[in-house]
Amino acid sequence: MSRRARFAWFWLATIAIVVMTPLASIAAGESIGGTLIQKIDDEKVPVEGVTITVTQDGTEIGSGTSGADGKWQVPVDDAGIYQVRLETSTLPDGVGLTDPDKAELSEVKVREGQAKKVIFPLGEATVSTVSTYSRVGALFIAGLKLGAIIALSAVGLSLVFGVTGLVNFAHAEMVTLGAVAAYFFHASPTGPQWPLVVAIVPAVLVGAAFGWLQERALWRPLRNRQTGLVAMMVVSIGLSFAARYLFLIFFGGEPRAYPDFAGQPPFELFGIAMVPKQLATIVISLIVLAGVGLFLQRSRSGTAMRAVSDDTDLAESSGINVNRIILITWILAGGLAALGGVFFGLNEAVQWDMGFKLLLLIFAAVVLGGLGTAYGAMLGGFVVGVAVEMSTLVFPNELKAAVGLVVLIIMLLIKPQGLLGSKERIG
Amino acid sequence: MDWSSVLIDGLLATIGPITAAYAVSAIGLNLQFGYAGLLNFGHVAFMLVGAYGMGIAANFGAPLWLGIIIGILAAMALGLLLGIPTLRLRADYLAITTIAAAEAIRLLVRSSWAQPLTNGVFGIQGFAGPFFALNPFPAAELYGFGDFVVTGRKLWVMIVGWTVVALMTLLIARLIHSPWGRVLKAIREDEDATTSLGKNVFAYKLQALMIGGGIAGVAGILLALEQQNVTPDAYLPKITFILYVIVILGGAGTILGPIVGAVVFQFMFFTIDALMVNAQANISWVGDLLTPAAAGQVKLVFVGIGMMLLMIYRPQGILGNREEVLIDER
Repeated sequence: MSRRARFAWFWLATIAIVVMTPLASIAAGESIGGTLIQKIDDEKVPVEGVTITVTQDGTEIGSGTSGADGKWQVPVDDAGIYQVRLETSTLPDGVGLTDPDKAELSEVKVREGQAKKVIFPLGEATVSTVSTYSRVGALFIAGLKLGAIIALSAVGLSLVFGVTGLVNFAHAEMVTLGAVAAYFFHASPTGPQWPLVVAIVPAVLVGAAFGWLQERALWRPLRNRQTGLVAMMVVSIGLSFAARYLFLIFFGGEPRAYPDFAGQPPFELFGIAMVPKQLATIVISLIVLAGVGLFLQRSRSGTAMRAVSDDTDLAESSGINVNRIILITWILAGGLAALGGVFFGLNEAVQWDMGFKLLLLIFAAVVLGGLGTAYGAMLGGFVVGVAVEMSTLVFPNELKAAVGLVVLIIMLLIKPQGLLGSKERIG
Repeated sequence: MDWSSVLIDGLLATIGPITAAYAVSAIGLNLQFGYAGLLNFGHVAFMLVGAYGMGIAANFGAPLWLGIIIGILAAMALGLLLGIPTLRLRADYLAITTIAAAEAIRLLVRSSWAQPLTNGVFGIQGFAGPFFALNPFPAAELYGFGDFVVTGRKLWVMIVGWTVVALMTLLIARLIHSPWGRVLKAIREDEDATTSLGKNVFAYKLQALMIGGGIAGVAGILLALEQQNVTPDAYLPKITFILYVIVILGGAGTILGPIVGAVVFQFMFFTIDALMVNAQANISWVGDLLTPAAAGQVKLVFVGIGMMLLMIYRPQGILGNREEVLIDER
């Protein structure tokens, strides 16, 4: 295999999977084991001859070496907490841990009678000396990419809020729907298996159609019944909940990647490593968002949308068909959210609750930019995306969500109308 | 399929400690949503904070009673923290912030960063000893009649749980029939009118959020004692929405609504689950459509659909008064 210099971009490309040691092989007694597998593109290669040492409070309990199938197992005497170390010096050339800090797992808990499996994610050996400049640059690009996804998803939420006053908590499921629909058209064995670039089109159409359906079948009848906004928000969260578990039932709980563009090799630009699909996400999103801006500024429907957003009664009395404008807004919101979902699935993975995971950041973006303002949502999306990715320089990855929440709360405390919002909207 | 055993299991689940904990939590949510009109979409976070407050305090060697008080205070403090930035603003800001906070807090406590305090995904154990030491029933003995039996251990948790439900119901009844409760309902009906009467609307809302949060903290503690551990993944967002269905089903803004809602909901939840699992195993086209794991999730789809249909067609639930619950735009 050609040796390309790879940087920290491992997801999808180089993931190691540990297959649980078959339970049959351990009739009784506790043990720690696993299978060392290096995933190169789509191939799973077992890694042989790697030594793993198990210790407990500094005392060595035993060690094992992975076999030709990558399997290893170390029996231990009792249930308890153990430290498991992969001897990195025994790794074959070109194989490395995806996270060099994870060579030693300090708290492996073994229950009575349990054959504990542990995971050592393996990838191709990395150039370990990444300069601060390239690290910050790479995070910035990742932030822009995340920001583009958030912005695409958030614009629709904000537009719908503008014209109807409803915060649609089911918006996140429109994001998931787009990603799942693209997966169906692209990779599902029962689907047409189009290439992803083609599958995006029907996915966005499915999203737009779902926006149309929601408005016609649910929200317009509710408005006609004079349902209050609080009740409508409860309805939207019920819809979100039902939709999410439908995705779980029919898509399954496992994250799945689009086969196209999986494991793209990164390239270097100005000393910063980036993956082409990141760049494509950013550029296409910017073009689409500019198109949305043009639509809002220049087209009749867009101008009417802003008018309805400003003052529904006034817009109606000046001859604008408000219901038609609201319908267009829902269609637009559904399509944009679906596109955001496809990009999210492309850069990470398609999963049943991916939209819900993104929802927090979408809300942070919308509040940051100003609830109800389309441009605010775009700006907020990019700011939140970059802030969240950059925060990993200081905080661990797992705290991304908390960073989003902090951004949201600080903004509410100092400027609740958001960067681009007007004051009368909030009170 | 043995229907009588399904029915007995369903009834046991309905009167079990989990239902009691849900009822307590729903009482707190009812104060916020039913009486004060606050949209708290992150109610489960208050339960989590209550349980973790107790667990962490116990880890530092505090006695159980002190841990419980700390847990309740921590849950109330969360209400303060989330209420201050949002309660002066329109209703949706509270909803946005709470739904975001619930997930962010759960991810925070399960992160390796917080592990020294929370023990990450493994959670905290070993605090429930003093609680079960008070159990007057022999833990392994069976109580009941026929097949309808529970262990002494479970009976103890059930008795404590339903006692707490009764106490919290009395507390809410007292609060709501006090001048404070009348102001709260007035705020729900017409915020501007209440303000013009010189009431500090913000303070009342904040108090309702904190008291409701504290009650949810009690519910979280009950769950933790029952499970004898506190793990982050016991407090998933879905619990919040189950609680909404319970509150709306029973009747938002009624004293007994959360109890009726919790009992009816748990029975329906269990029955739907049993029906789906049975259908998956015995009806071939359902079996082709759904895997066993997926059949177990169908009940949650019904939770979402139930929430929508109730809110649209019967917002007053079983016990409520339709006039009172047509929550207006604010």
